[in-house]
Amino acid sequence: MSNFRFIIGRFLGAIPTLLILICLAFLLVKSAPGGPFDFERSLPEEVEANLRAAYNLDDPVYLQLAKYMGDLLKGDFGPSFQYRDYTVTELIATGFPVSMRLGVAAIILALIFGSLIGSVAALNQNSKLDYGVMFFGMIGISIPNFVMAPLLVLFFSISLKALPAGGYNGGNFYHMILPVVSLALPQMAYIARLTRGSMIEVLSSNFVRTAKAQGLPTRTILMSHVLKPTFLPVVSYLGPATAAIITGSVVVEQIFGLPGLGRYFVQGALNRDYTLVMGVVVFYGCLIILFNLIVDTLYGFIDPRIKQNR
Amino acid sequence: MKKRSITMIAVLLLAGCGTGTDSGGPEKESLMIGGPSGKELAEKQVFRKNNGSDPGTLDPHRAEGVPASNVLRDLYEGLVSEAPNGDYIPGVAESWTISEDGKAYRFKIRDEAVWSNGDRVVAEDFVFSLRRSVDPKTLSNYSSMLYPIKNARDVVLGKAPTNKLGVTAESEKTLLIELEEPTPYFISLLTHSTTYPVHPASVKEHGSLFTRPENMISNGAFTLKDWRIQDYILLKRNEKYWDNPSTTLNEVYYYPLDNPDASLRRYRANELDFTDTTPSEQLPWIKKNLKGELKITPYFGSYYYGFNNSKPPFKDNPELRMALSLAVNRTIITDIVLGAGQIPAFTFVPPVKEYQGRQPEWAKLTQKEREELAKELYAEAGYSASNPLSIEIIYNTSENHKRVALAVTSMWKKTLGVETKLRNQEWKVFLETRRLQEETEVFRGGWIGDYDDPYTFSELLHSENEMNHSGYASEKYDSLLKAASLKPAGKERLNDLLQAEQIMLKDMPVIPLYFYVSQHLIKPWVAGLEGNVMDHHYSKYVKILKTETLVSE
Repeated sequence: MSNFRFIIGRFLGAIPTLLILICLAFLLVKSAPGGPFDFERSLPEEVEANLRAAYNLDDPVYLQLAKYMGDLLKGDFGPSFQYRDYTVTELIATGFPVSMRLGVAAIILALIFGSLIGSVAALNQNSKLDYGVMFFGMIGISIPNFVMAPLLVLFFSISLKALPAGGYNGGNFYHMILPVVSLALPQMAYIARLTRGSMIEVLSSNFVRTAKAQGLPTRTILMSHVLKPTFLPVVSYLGPATAAIITGSVVVEQIFGLPGLGRYFVQGALNRDYTLVMGVVVFYGCLIILFNLIVDTLYGFIDPRIKQNR
Repeated sequence: MKKRSITMIAVLLLAGCGTGTDSGGPEKESLMIGGPSGKELAEKQVFRKNNGSDPGTLDPHRAEGVPASNVLRDLYEGLVSEAPNGDYIPGVAESWTISEDGKAYRFKIRDEAVWSNGDRVVAEDFVFSLRRSVDPKTLSNYSSMLYPIKNARDVVLGKAPTNKLGVTAESEKTLLIELEEPTPYFISLLTHSTTYPVHPASVKEHGSLFTRPENMISNGAFTLKDWRIQDYILLKRNEKYWDNPSTTLNEVYYYPLDNPDASLRRYRANELDFTDTTPSEQLPWIKKNLKGELKITPYFGSYYYGFNNSKPPFKDNPELRMALSLAVNRTIITDIVLGAGQIPAFTFVPPVKEYQGRQPEWAKLTQKEREELAKELYAEAGYSASNPLSIEIIYNTSENHKRVALAVTSMWKKTLGVETKLRNQEWKVFLETRRLQEETEVFRGGWIGDYDDPYTFSELLHSENEMNHSGYASEKYDSLLKAASLKPAGKERLNDLLQAEQIMLKDMPVIPLYFYVSQHLIKPWVAGLEGNVMDHHYSKYVKILKTETLVSE
């Protein structure tokens, strides 16, 4: 029951956050100089007036915002300025599956390999293996994906001709390898360091010493006493990791030419496609809030102490 | 035609053999293009092009920009079409006659022209389409292109109903278009997408959704098979197209990669056959490693710096404007700063067909002499080393624009002692700043002609043109343009435009810097393309040649 109440409470708490996000984003987008109808070839005044009227751009900003909110409640993100024959809802519906595929694959990859590498390093603390792994971890964190991605392409696609250099191709496995790896690497490295630090701490804690003293086999100690507390910080990092993956996908989609939401966002911002940018912001806002909620709930299951404190 | 494409194949063949497969591949491999005969076709006739970005729409009347035009050129066919070298050839109209006063065009629509669903293309389709194109309700960005047609301006501005447009179907296969003034470049406008026909029944049925792959009925050499936004546009051969037997390709992919580096990587990985441009920083590498595949052709575009002529220090100060123009060494900009083969510009209008701009006297001086002259004029304008001019150049953010701006700044500093600040702005911000003409002093400008006639450039500096960001207003210039617009094609008209340009070059409201070139990377197995000044390429001429990997030794 308390769990249910907690979730409902968090849901209601998210509404003001979302409202503030929408208002701020709307005002920021509208205050950017230049507009959707500024082209190299300027429009004749009358033509521009027609277009502005068709998109309600002549109303005062607060009216536009109110109208936008009203449409949002009906689930209508409005027509795109840039893709003139598509609605923003349609665009998000085509772009999101691509970004989700990329993001989910990257997060799973980062989680599995990050925690695996981190654990191996922690269990061999201060060995050559540990130093080696952590050195590469540091490199993974420090090299941004807009540098890593082209390097991977240069090596795997152009020199070895083993993997495609870009494109989505309906989400084909081979086409996704390089984008997923470039997106996952920094997160993988971060999770590895997190796991290592956390596990070393747990391994040196009193209850592990007690377990060892009782003569429990190492395997049992690791499985039933070490793993759960080790992954607490990793789970709490999942929220920020999702946000990082989302922002990272903006760059990676651009480099590999993947038709995801990140690319829409960049193109939308450059073209002053007000509705598209707003649509992606609102959509991702909801997604991040939802994801944080899930992580918080999950956290309660792993660590009962947190549940009690609610 | 045939001869030309054979020559092209031969050229490509040589180029292909010379450079080998790929710089990344093993040295011993080489590629034989076109089989033993040199013109054998590949089994898979698929052409993969980078288009630079996604078109906003595939509605020919509402589309805007080069990427949309590229795709629409394959999907639709207007009354007039173009040969690979850019010559105008009959399209849907098999012939046409022009009245003596040059104000009435009568087109005979070819009997065999049909839509992709089998419907016949008739004159009435063009009446419907041209009216739709100028209808304010269509919300077209480019309707002003059609102003030469009788009453078009009034219709666009909402002052007249669409049926007042000077377009009539005299019979099922005869179309009459009446013009306001003789417009010698009118034929070239008919290759622009605003004049393409759309299938009336499907537009009425689907509204703005007629551009979706499942709904689109087109009349060009290809039809729309699929459009995955930000992924690709896929066209397939239109079996119903009247000239389908001449088409070789079965499919064309248009990719929307806006990053030239990503485009180059995919080209090198053999995922693209054609790139829309080349990354400027990589140009030296490309020239060294992909020499035979780099195609550079003069392009109908002009790069210039505009002065804000409506505010001090440039207002009523031709000496100062001229001094700054003379102090710029254009050859350094084209050869050293850019290096892709751009052409130094001393006139505003790039050479096109019979129009070859007349260079001003000072263009014949050496750069040293120009600089001496610049110093004199600079002093005449009241500036000196102790009282230097201090100005700002505004340009839109881009590596190339920055390099040009830096070069110009240092030339002005070295020759005249001018203090110049640089300010870059994001594209849309820049467009607004430039349009408002409030904070601009010197701004970057560039223009690609909409049709191959000098007028597309001349009109930019007309005092009433909304794209005249320099605020240049010369009665003499305006009246010469007016005189030219009343004259039919011919020397007299071109002479008016030439004279207007001479007047402008004396006033120097803008500094012409260089003429553009188009830069494409084209795989050696692509045949049938030719460089042309408008950079228009129709996929219906393209053939993919057979390739065989030869391992020598």
